[in-house]
Amino acid sequence: MSDVIIQGTNVAHTHDAHGGHHGHEHHEQHFITKYIFSQDHKVIAKQFLITGIIWAIIGALMSVFFRLQLGFPNETFPIMEKFLGEWAKGGKLNPEFYYALVTMHGTILVFFVLTAGLSGTFANLLIPLQIGARDMASPFMNMLSYWFFFLSSIIMFVSLFIQTGPASGGWTTYPPLSALKEASLGSGLGMDLWLVSMALFVVSSLLGGLNYISTILNMRTKGMTMTRMPLTIWALLFTAILGVLSFPVLFSGFVLLIFDRNFGTSFYLSEIFIGGKALPHVGGSAILYQHLFWFLGHPEVYIIMLPGMGMASEVLSNHSRKPIFGYSAMIISMIGITVLAFVVWAHHMFVTGMSPFLGSIFVLLTLLIAVPSAVKVFNWLTTIWKGNIRFTVPMMFAIGFVSLFISGGLTGLFLGNSALDIHLHDTYFVIAHFHIVMGVSAFFGMFAGIYHWFPKMFGRFMNNTLGYIHFFITLAGAYLIFWPMHYEGIAGMPRRYYDYSAWESFKHFESLNSFISIAAVLVFFAQLIFVVNFFVSIFRGRKMTTENPWGSPTLEWTTPINPGHGNWEGDIPEVHRWPYDYKDDGNGNDFISQTTPLKPGEEAH
Amino acid sequence: MSGFISILLTGLVFVIIYQIAKASEYATILRGEGKINARVNRTMALLLVLFFVLGLYGIWLCHDALIDKMLPVSASQHGVEYDSMLLVTLTVTGIVFFITQTLLFWFAYRYQSTEKRTSFFFPHNNKLELIWTTVPAIAMAVLVAIGLRNWGKMTGAAPKDATVVEVVGKQFNWIVRYPGKDGVLGKRDFRKINDANNVLGLDWDDKDNKDDIIAQNGELHLVVNKPVSILIGSRDVIHDVGLPHFRMKMDAVPGIVTTLWFTPTITSAKMKEITGNKDFVYEISCDQMCGKGHYSMRGTVIVETQEEYDAWMAKQQAYYAANNAPAAAPAAEGTAAPEQKTDSVKAITMK
Repeated sequence: MSDVIIQGTNVAHTHDAHGGHHGHEHHEQHFITKYIFSQDHKVIAKQFLITGIIWAIIGALMSVFFRLQLGFPNETFPIMEKFLGEWAKGGKLNPEFYYALVTMHGTILVFFVLTAGLSGTFANLLIPLQIGARDMASPFMNMLSYWFFFLSSIIMFVSLFIQTGPASGGWTTYPPLSALKEASLGSGLGMDLWLVSMALFVVSSLLGGLNYISTILNMRTKGMTMTRMPLTIWALLFTAILGVLSFPVLFSGFVLLIFDRNFGTSFYLSEIFIGGKALPHVGGSAILYQHLFWFLGHPEVYIIMLPGMGMASEVLSNHSRKPIFGYSAMIISMIGITVLAFVVWAHHMFVTGMSPFLGSIFVLLTLLIAVPSAVKVFNWLTTIWKGNIRFTVPMMFAIGFVSLFISGGLTGLFLGNSALDIHLHDTYFVIAHFHIVMGVSAFFGMFAGIYHWFPKMFGRFMNNTLGYIHFFITLAGAYLIFWPMHYEGIAGMPRRYYDYSAWESFKHFESLNSFISIAAVLVFFAQLIFVVNFFVSIFRGRKMTTENPWGSPTLEWTTPINPGHGNWEGDIPEVHRWPYDYKDDGNGNDFISQTTPLKPGEEAH
Repeated sequence: MSGFISILLTGLVFVIIYQIAKASEYATILRGEGKINARVNRTMALLLVLFFVLGLYGIWLCHDALIDKMLPVSASQHGVEYDSMLLVTLTVTGIVFFITQTLLFWFAYRYQSTEKRTSFFFPHNNKLELIWTTVPAIAMAVLVAIGLRNWGKMTGAAPKDATVVEVVGKQFNWIVRYPGKDGVLGKRDFRKINDANNVLGLDWDDKDNKDDIIAQNGELHLVVNKPVSILIGSRDVIHDVGLPHFRMKMDAVPGIVTTLWFTPTITSAKMKEITGNKDFVYEISCDQMCGKGHYSMRGTVIVETQEEYDAWMAKQQAYYAANNAPAAAPAAEGTAAPEQKTDSVKAITMK
């Protein structure tokens, strides 16, 4: 089936014509169609990844700027004026722009890096390669998905440079603050650009998501039953389902907000007196927006986590030379997480004045989601138990992923329980919780994936020494930054404050804030080690000499070292067994490829 | 200049790291691809364990350094229950944390790859899965039960004898309204708001408003051991009344009235003794991002004895009297004027 489809595209890559010669399509493909408007899923994956990395650097740099403000509120940093100009006159961040930075940091990292950069990269790269397809169901839609993301990125980037500054109402952009130009500078043009950019982002995400789902469901190679798919594919499938079902709700929320801002409607606005006058809006509900936002916003957390979970499962199993423990339990727990992800959104809203009874239901559902998460952790632990662990760089990151997922996941039990949330809500406890779990932990999953599949992407390895340095500084740094924040949060220190020195209850954390800021700056520089390693290795990295350097049973490693568009020369391999057969194959290997037929008398897993 | 030097130094560090990395890369090529060499593997296993041990020590150091900077004892009745629930949750999660992290790093170290080792083919075990599905489920059920009991108590109806106070947020300060002698807060309408003489838009037609007292300095006076029910509103964007010392928090949302209630149990004076800080003051923090002045949106709570409260209250003037009495000889005009204002506001905004 996939053969038929691939012949329908512009790829002149039929098996007979090339007779095993790899790379012949160079003759027919112009640079632009090969690298820019490419329909090859592998190239699109790289486009997503590189765009994501660029955004990550920008987003992280923003956090360095506002961490400098938070850590050293009485100092000036002339270097900031170089970067930010008017917004940091004399090297001191303007409060208005502080909020813009916080907002942009959140938006960029959550959406552009950990959604597009993460699932955009790995869904594109791995789905066709691991299920045995020549490309996505619709390579053209796939290309559009990237270019909508690109357009969305451009608009968001432009919004950083307009006179009134980018959106500054927090990444959640709650109205009325985000709806009224009088309420804040950033709620002017910056907010309009933010909304347009995000609307395009939703389009990109839907185009991608629909493609991922239809590819996984329809284009698996012969023998690749659903239960023979690697867990990465399961994770990416659920990620896509979450996105497809929840992004439209966010979109509707944005559309209503655009109406309220520009066309005088009152969906979210009621009884407001601002800028010296009473506004005519009556009858809207500011809380409605929060429901619409968090209906995506919470699944979004799992959109960010699931790909990391899938990749960590794959990497832990591969580098422990041991099958993933509880393959079916892993799938069932992911189903549990996916279903529950849709019915826990209001735990972000316990203190909005929502009915306490409704709140209790969301408490129950929220804590329920801890059960599948716990199952996953125990399964990962059992996977490495009695393994034969190779501490490669991706393996280090996968172990770090589990450690951070435990640390960040457990604090979710505090925040999901409304009776505790009522004090911890919107304090540094929340910052610590979500940065550890969906920030750093998700990044660790992503790093594990990048270091693991880099050879597949570029035919070269990333440098190991730099990888190890990157790993230890980032892991230790992440804990140094976020662990103490739990204490600040329990002490009630609110998030999104520009300066705490006027507060009797919070000002004694000043030296701690400086400490955190120093750690944050160091971690930022450690990420540059990764960036250098990544880009230099593309051109100068150690070359791959064998097809399957990690000894992995999965299909992506049966392709040539630098696969062309279409992935396999000759026929697509047929699959005979599940993807975690790490046992003696009788030829001195400790794994059996999925393409190896069952031996006589051997039972399928 | 110092900026230039630091950039230069950073660049230098990068070059050094890069050179070391390159050297190690050549070494790897010499030894052969794919197989990570045994020495590196041992080193990494050791470093992971070292990280874990240092991490535990760091946690202890962090706790030691910060525990004195935590909030003082809870100043409200339900806050005491809050703290005990926090402790229970902390214990449960703490135990899980130490067990799972220890296993993770121990397994990683114990099962590092060696020449002799082969991995144990162990794809699934339903009994184990069952155990670690039910145990967390039971633990969650306990936490949910404790949580919902407390949640029910703190969000339930306020006691009948509770004092009623209104706290209204605006960019960027808090306005507090006391009901005055009649104990009833009068009606208000956002269209009647006028920053000069009617900051909350009180409806002067409503006689309940005539004795209401408004404190624009964000100072909330409460009587110790007397439950207080706070009605919360907002004039413009969403704010949040955060009361860390009372373990309470509630959003202020334009267009709707939210509420919270609690019983303060420790007076401000007593708290100064407890904390040994003569500047101690209960603070109201705005906990929902509300614009550029969000961080400065500070209110205070003064918990005092009934006598002190009465003495303070006796000195307060009703907002109506303070803003309308001198100018308005005939009462009729006073009530008619805001009516017109409403219309004119409407007319302006309709245009």
